[in-house]
Amino acid sequence: MPELDTGDTAWVLVSSALVLFMTPGLALFYGGMVRSKNMLAMLMQNFFAMGIVTVLWVLFGYSLVFGDAGNAGVIGNFDFAGMKDIGPDTLSGTIPTLVFVAFQLTFAVITPALITGAIADRMRWVAWVGFITLWSVLVYLPVAHWVFAGGWLADRGALDFAGGTVVHVNAGAAALALVLLLGKRRGWPKEPMPPHNLPFTLLGTGILWFGWFGFNAGSALAANGVAAQAFLNTFVAAAAGMIGWLIVERLKTGHATTLGGASGAVAGLVAITPCAGFVGGLAPVAIGLLTGAICFLAISLKFRFGYDDSLDVVAVHLVGGIFGSIVLGLFADASINPAGQDGLFFGGGWSLFGEQAIAVGAVLVFSFVVSGIIGLVLKVVLPKGIRASEEEEATGLDLTQHAEAAYSLDRA
Amino acid sequence: MKLIVAIVKPFKVDDVKAELLALGAHGMTVSEVQGFGRQRGHTEVYRGNEYVIDFVPKARMEVLVDDADVERMVDKILEVAKTGQIGDGKIWIIPVDGVYRIRTGEAGSDAL
Repeated sequence: MPELDTGDTAWVLVSSALVLFMTPGLALFYGGMVRSKNMLAMLMQNFFAMGIVTVLWVLFGYSLVFGDAGNAGVIGNFDFAGMKDIGPDTLSGTIPTLVFVAFQLTFAVITPALITGAIADRMRWVAWVGFITLWSVLVYLPVAHWVFAGGWLADRGALDFAGGTVVHVNAGAAALALVLLLGKRRGWPKEPMPPHNLPFTLLGTGILWFGWFGFNAGSALAANGVAAQAFLNTFVAAAAGMIGWLIVERLKTGHATTLGGASGAVAGLVAITPCAGFVGGLAPVAIGLLTGAICFLAISLKFRFGYDDSLDVVAVHLVGGIFGSIVLGLFADASINPAGQDGLFFGGGWSLFGEQAIAVGAVLVFSFVVSGIIGLVLKVVLPKGIRASEEEEATGLDLTQHAEAAYSLDRA
Repeated sequence: MKLIVAIVKPFKVDDVKAELLALGAHGMTVSEVQGFGRQRGHTEVYRGNEYVIDFVPKARMEVLVDDADVERMVDKILEVAKTGQIGDGKIWIIPVDGVYRIRTGEAGSDAL
């Protein structure tokens, strides 16, 4: 029987707080990029994730992910619904289960929040409330069970240290489904819709980078060497991601921009997420540089195919998440973490690479299809549909959805 | 009495203010405005995509002056606000029918 370890417990407690802080950070990252008339709506969609998902999590969410139903790893059960049988003395490994519940909750909060960047400027508030509630239950809980709770993907041998598939591919695929249903913002892409406050976006990036140490190093669920490896990998991949993005941006457009630096750092963080505790050495440099470059190039997809992914959730989270999850099949090194495996570059052959591809494909297809169905149902069921009216969109979501203005000058 | 309205580059506001005060201006109103003239807009790049922004940030300075002061004030603004580059701005002069100071009720030149 493992005993409680105070160091491990302290670190995961701190990590939970770090990861929760990422959601307001994400809100500012996105908020700075929208026009000022939609600032509060963006902040609110993100903050609300901390409200609704938390309540769902203790009611039955945690149980449906981490309950053991013996159904071949498809979904958990209601054994722990309402925090049943979980008290201060219950342990998960070397930490109290209550801490594990809180840590996992912070992932469930930020994952749907990532979607808000794609649907910016045009989704009705009520529709978002409906979507995040249904999506958290019908998409996040099963996928988290498949990967984080020893479900069928983990059982096949797929690795995901902190959520490349569960968080980033999952949210990115949902974002793509939702923007296809919502349609383009009026005027896009002809009318300029420039960011209203890039300093907020950079502040948000700093908060995300800071919180990501909890996200990745906390996912070791212990204060040990693997946590330290994940911590440094996170640090380095963000830095390399920034540089990779800026190099390509400068070559292609002639400028290195602050938004580019921030976006590249986030892209690097996304890609290192699945790899954080399974790779070592200079792997995070390679992963970061490549992801920064690839995600920058992926922005052009929305113009080529004509889908309005407002703040590039697909290009950064879906593409970055797919890339990070799949290259883990190359860079994984079992000498870093015995719980991992060797990838192609460390003599493990193609098997891990194949499992990573299967995990990415399964999560992508499941999330895209179910998210699309949820969106369609809401579109039909809600009296005013899921999209703001032409007038609401022109006036801005802050005034029309929340009866508030972010800045006093916008009251005019 | 006249109202001098000057649209100038924002970084020129402090210089223009100092010179007008030295010439005897009693006060002025400054607003941040956006607009375009011959300069038209400029290009901004976000995540690799170029957007043409038509409206350029400018400062709008408004100064109430006696008729006798108009010419040297305008000459001073022309001198100080000029960089020689496109986008330096414009000045126009509007006749003013009356001026009152709210606190005392003074009118005309006394209210300046």
